[in-house]
Amino acid sequence: MRIAEDTPPTLTALDRPNSYIGRSVPRPNLARLSQGRAQFVSDVTLPRMAHVAFVRSPYAHAEIKRIDVDKAKTAPGVIAVVTGPELAKVMTPWVGVLTHLKGIKSAPQYPLAVGRARWQGEAVVAVVARTRALAEDACELVEVEYAELEPVTDAETALDPKTPVIHPELGDNLTFERVHTAGDPDKGFRDADEIVETTFVFGRHTGVCNEPRTIVADWNPSEQRLTAYHATQAPHMMQNLFAKHLGLQEHQVRVVTKDVGGSFGIKVHTYADEMATVALSKLLNRPIKFVADRIESFVTDIHARDHRVKARIGVKRDGTITAWEIDDLTGIGPYSVYPRTSGIEANQIVNLTGGPYTCPNYKARARVVFQNKNVMCQYRAVGHPIATAVTEGLVELAAAKIGMDPLQIRRRNLIPDDAHPSQGPSGIKFEALSHHASLAKLEAMMDYAALRAEQERLRQQGIYRGIGFASFIEVTNPSAAFYGVGGARISSQDGATVRLDATGAIFCHTGVSEQGQGAEAVIAQCVATSFGVPIERVRVIMGDTDNTPYGGGTWASRAAGIGGEAAWQAGKALRQNVLAVAGSILQAKPETLDIRNGVVVDAANGAERLTLEELARIAYFRPDTLPAGVQAELVATRHYVPRAWAFAFTNGIQASYLEVDVESGFVKLLKHWCVEDCGTIINPQLVDEQIRGGIVQGIGAALLEHCVYDERGQLLNGNMADYLVPMAMEMPDIEVGHVVTPTADSELGAKGAGEAGTAGAPGAVMNAINDALRPLGAKPLTDMPFTPDKILRALGKL
Amino acid sequence: MTAPTCEIRLTVNGEPVSCTVEARKNLVDFLREDLALTGSHVGCEHGVCGACTVRLDGAIVRGCLVLAAQCDGARVETIEGLSDSGEIADLQAAFERRNALQCGYCTPGMLLTAQELLRNGGVPSRAQIREYLSGNYCRCTGYQAIVDAIEAVAQARNGGAR
Repeated sequence: MRIAEDTPPTLTALDRPNSYIGRSVPRPNLARLSQGRAQFVSDVTLPRMAHVAFVRSPYAHAEIKRIDVDKAKTAPGVIAVVTGPELAKVMTPWVGVLTHLKGIKSAPQYPLAVGRARWQGEAVVAVVARTRALAEDACELVEVEYAELEPVTDAETALDPKTPVIHPELGDNLTFERVHTAGDPDKGFRDADEIVETTFVFGRHTGVCNEPRTIVADWNPSEQRLTAYHATQAPHMMQNLFAKHLGLQEHQVRVVTKDVGGSFGIKVHTYADEMATVALSKLLNRPIKFVADRIESFVTDIHARDHRVKARIGVKRDGTITAWEIDDLTGIGPYSVYPRTSGIEANQIVNLTGGPYTCPNYKARARVVFQNKNVMCQYRAVGHPIATAVTEGLVELAAAKIGMDPLQIRRRNLIPDDAHPSQGPSGIKFEALSHHASLAKLEAMMDYAALRAEQERLRQQGIYRGIGFASFIEVTNPSAAFYGVGGARISSQDGATVRLDATGAIFCHTGVSEQGQGAEAVIAQCVATSFGVPIERVRVIMGDTDNTPYGGGTWASRAAGIGGEAAWQAGKALRQNVLAVAGSILQAKPETLDIRNGVVVDAANGAERLTLEELARIAYFRPDTLPAGVQAELVATRHYVPRAWAFAFTNGIQASYLEVDVESGFVKLLKHWCVEDCGTIINPQLVDEQIRGGIVQGIGAALLEHCVYDERGQLLNGNMADYLVPMAMEMPDIEVGHVVTPTADSELGAKGAGEAGTAGAPGAVMNAINDALRPLGAKPLTDMPFTPDKILRALGKL
Repeated sequence: MTAPTCEIRLTVNGEPVSCTVEARKNLVDFLREDLALTGSHVGCEHGVCGACTVRLDGAIVRGCLVLAAQCDGARVETIEGLSDSGEIADLQAAFERRNALQCGYCTPGMLLTAQELLRNGGVPSRAQIREYLSGNYCRCTGYQAIVDAIEAVAQARNGGAR
């Protein structure tokens, strides 16, 4: 079966107008990646290029008393040694707040620390040298005298009056707070037959992109232009920020992404060391390269999660959920990250908790606090894994309390498939979801009844297996409601420009970017289909602010749904332009013609009338033969932004089947299933692989990944030997199924699929572990990651 | 203070190379910086992630755990050499068909590791493939597509047995 799936279905022009929509077309960029011929930013070298290494604070919180750079300046190969106050003259600081997160506050952040260092790993001095190795050698010679200050590390006590305030000018350590009440939660809890209450903990973890963050900044004083080769997800956003903080006009800045070795939300933020690299290029009038090493990545790549959620649910004995309540506390490090802020995840948790269910009685509080640890910000599935694990954890604990099957309680409470449009308890709006169809499909795929029987049989033999579920919703295709309304210059719209070249091939320039998801293939599929050429004749250009329409880039599961629709519309527009020319050449009415498989044909019978090569030859080289007044317009641009709905919510359900070794506490994952509904599926293989990769990332959070800090704010496991990531041996095979509910907000009807896997997996794994251990009377595990020692403690064996 | 250097002669992808290298420079940095063979990648710099996997005298090694100075007289092969010779063309095609790479940063190392497994002969089980890959980190795929692609090639190389 797997090998049959290995070959994409044969493509035929007969399937038009949807030739490539719904087909597993291979991605055009794969061969260069598999042959070692890709060009990542870490591969880029330029004439006169120098390398920067940073002296970083060894303390979580310290006053910088004195910096002595004399010895470093005379070390071999050193070009410059620059401190925070010196670089602050080149680049202005930034503050990570948005106006729609009411009351959010943060302090100015500089490219290099000025006066105080506020987390272990914050860059304090930059050393620029001929090679990275020489720059690192000279870093050893920089003397920094620190006076260590009391670090704020525990989010629980960050707001206590006795706790030092990290930014005295802000008055306290509270970044942001949101309180939300809907329905009548007090009555809901009064009406409940049972109330289940627990505290969920989500440990800090991080992205561990295989390619670390990297930038080559090239300020060219002769052109007064900055070119930044930057492994980023959002090139136009970075163009704006580089220009703004260097005091340049945006047109003086070009951002080129090249190939990007993984991102997952890590590479969509402003990093002080990258900003410093850009500022150094401006200061030194030459290209400067910065590639984070792995230790730097662990202490400076944004961390994720770090939430403590006290939560409770009310339920009647018949399974009806009567109320929800959550109290979320999250520590985000010393700064709200610019420009998306570190308040969005907590905000999402308030928005999404309880989202799949009908119960409207909801009370939520979320507090975001500063601390002296690395910064925390948006990472794949922002907020979803937490909201989903809290909601689904509560639902399964409630089901266990009243003795109801976990699928039955969901059937009783999930929003009915025919009840849309609808809304969640927080007021978020759903156009159309398919919770029940997804659940039914999942139940059949996994043969739930047989699995339960097997579980029961094995329990008699002392083997403890568990089945856990997680229904979920996912925010995709965000409109301006996400960032634009808060004042961030982050585009929610995207554009596509398509051009017929002189031989009948198509170039498509798009504002979305590629970091491995397959956006390049999806854009080509959309254009090839709507214009009418074989996909081999479509070339996609992306990741270059000089050469693509203004757009948002690739994040929040937006590339296919938004970028794909823009490309689809641009292809259609160009087809009309080309048929107008063809009509004039052929003396035919354009509406009687069509373009199929790269040839102009009679729409009625498909008879070939004119090849695109011939049309292009006439239009470009013999326009004199066209009738007077006919001007061929062989370029078309279209833009798209969702308007009817703030977000295109997707939905689905996951299931985990696993075995817990009750002697060692180890968890063996046996199988994982996911049924999801991302609307129209443009490329089934790419969707399935986004789901699989996302699930494994979620499994990492559930079982392995944890940035462990001590009470002084020192990261104890900042390397890949001590920080565990999912590897091939421990991961299960994953079955993916689909229900298709297109969005009516676009013609394609595609929603996003990039984060659904990560959203649901941690909750499903947690529920499966607790299901496995329930007969042993273990206290439910709610503190991720679920390491063997925690499992043994729950079993009373440690 | 100048870092000590060594003279080395070796063959890289069949081409003779003689160079002066810093004694402290590891093999992958030497390949990338001195020879501009950027297909081998640097991921963790301490032997865990496998992105820098290259072949040294016929067996795969971590390019970050071998010093260039140790490679005097050695035969080094990288993803560029294996691609040009066609040795792993079927593996590459299977990876592409199965979308067994997303960002592609781990892929060269993954392919060299897979080829070493398959050169041992036979059709490994899925569990054996997963175990053999357990020193190669991929953040994107979740590994299943990689296992599928390697399994398909193993079967094809062994007469197409399913």
